[in-house]
Amino acid sequence: MITKEATVAAPAPVAVAPEPPRPAKGHRAWDEAPRWQIYLPLGVYLVFTLIPFYWILLFALRPAGSTSLVPWPMTSVHFEKVWTDRSFGTFFYNSVLVGVATLIMTTLVALAGGYALARFDFRIKRAFMLALLCSQFVPGALLLVPLFEIFAELQMINSLGSVIIAETVFQLPLSMILISNFIKNVPYSLEEAAWVDGCNRFRAFRVVVLPLLRPGLIAVGSFAFVHSWNHFLFALMFLNNQEKQTIPVGLNTLMSADSVDLGALAAGGIIAAVPVVIVFAFIQKWLITGFSAGAVKG
Amino acid sequence: MAQAAAVAKPPAPPRRRRASATPRRLPYLLIAPAALLMLGFIAYPVLSVFYYSLQEYNPTKPWRNGFAGFDNFTHIFTEDPLFWDTLVFSAKWVVVEVGLQLMFGLALALIVNQTFVGRALGRALVFSPWAVSGVLTSAIWVLLYNSQTGITRYLADMGIGDYGVSWLSDTSTVFPAAVVADLWRGVPFFAILILADLQSVSKDLYEAAEVDGASRFKQFLHITLPHLKDAIILSTLLRAVWEFNNVDLLYTLTGGGPAGATTTLPLYIANTSVESHDFGYASALTTVAFVILLFCSMVYLRLSKFGGEK
Repeated sequence: MITKEATVAAPAPVAVAPEPPRPAKGHRAWDEAPRWQIYLPLGVYLVFTLIPFYWILLFALRPAGSTSLVPWPMTSVHFEKVWTDRSFGTFFYNSVLVGVATLIMTTLVALAGGYALARFDFRIKRAFMLALLCSQFVPGALLLVPLFEIFAELQMINSLGSVIIAETVFQLPLSMILISNFIKNVPYSLEEAAWVDGCNRFRAFRVVVLPLLRPGLIAVGSFAFVHSWNHFLFALMFLNNQEKQTIPVGLNTLMSADSVDLGALAAGGIIAAVPVVIVFAFIQKWLITGFSAGAVKG
Repeated sequence: MAQAAAVAKPPAPPRRRRASATPRRLPYLLIAPAALLMLGFIAYPVLSVFYYSLQEYNPTKPWRNGFAGFDNFTHIFTEDPLFWDTLVFSAKWVVVEVGLQLMFGLALALIVNQTFVGRALGRALVFSPWAVSGVLTSAIWVLLYNSQTGITRYLADMGIGDYGVSWLSDTSTVFPAAVVADLWRGVPFFAILILADLQSVSKDLYEAAEVDGASRFKQFLHITLPHLKDAIILSTLLRAVWEFNNVDLLYTLTGGGPAGATTTLPLYIANTSVESHDFGYASALTTVAFVILLFCSMVYLRLSKFGGEK
């Protein structure tokens, strides 16, 4: 670190003369901890994070019965078995359907409600906000029985619609609170200016507000997708037909078998992980800004 | 375009006033879809749980169904040791998980908030388990803890521990084993939320503190921590409720076993309703769990003075 400091300090005066000399100490202050204080704990934590990922890759790629610590010779047997014999192809399709539908429904409904909460004062607003907050304490898992009865009444057991509705409903409150905070961050005067220019309310919203909401909507939408992709209990309860099941249910089936086929389980796990890891890598940047904009602060 | 034209049609009132006047029914129309969904699929089920909690209701024993008054509740509090056992385990699980996740999450957020080479990649890797489901986490840790080819085998190869140990089937090791598995995916949640909140700390404060000669630890104590307070209170509360309610991980990793050693209250409730079909009793348990949760949350928000100093 000492050498680095020296090299940084030396060329500075040569480079751009008019720039006031940076108060080296002052700027190093909080942002610049000694390097080892960053890399050492980060490295240790990375090992903890990555070993489990490596482990599942290892089991998915090496032949059954191998105890080698490197996945070599590589085999795709486990993937082929899981995709066709264990119907993960079907599960994958179902999960995508549920995830995308939940994403669209959650975002649209939460956008409408969030706009109302951000821009209007109306009589039941306080009661509605309170209901949103209270719903956070309602355990979805504990409502399985009444929910099952409702969907049975609606003839929706064994239909993906039941899972989509249930996932959307439990995503809504938080999504709506977040979105209403995003909208509050957009100055109302922008919209008003658009009205003056002859836009109606909907158009003003679409043209002026919506583009500014992009990071927030990406955060909320991906949250809804990842959540419904991952969630397990609703699908387990409402979908009995194997043709309709989703990936987490398939994984659970593999795990609860009498003798667990570790290779198949690992390959199934990778299939389950790939879409969310891709989504995550893509949205990671927006997630931080999205949440910091939507942070629950008056 | 068409819309704009349509709006411009009635010529009389001045544009500006008409556009900004709030149509009285619009906010209600906008919240209607959300409100209807939540009424139908949250409020109604909650009410029916309250209703069933006062009933003897078991589809497999229909001849006994009927109004039960507070029988279910008296049974819970006086004759059901499993209720107390699982409640205590739930409390232990929530406190340990949330405490450790907050500690590691805060540390991690502070670290990746620094500027250093490879930060973007470091962040992405460290946060990645956040996106992994409870079931997948179980699958991964089942592979890791497995007695034949799990991590213990390789540790034993190196002379650490014994061969053939399965941490998940021993009552003395199952708790820490499950805690570590859930930490793996829970820490990034806190790290992400705290990192998001760290973005809004004013740099000026640190510079001022630096001028005053405050150490980095003091800066953390007097600037960073107070700034993060509300975010920490809120995220610990949300997480605690979530950890209490969520059954995915324990259901698939241990199934509440061995010998009930990792059965949380919600897991017990799920078993009561799904396996023994005793919906009335499960509903009473759910009601009790809900009240406990709400009460603890209120106390927590009160004690932590959430939103104070504003």
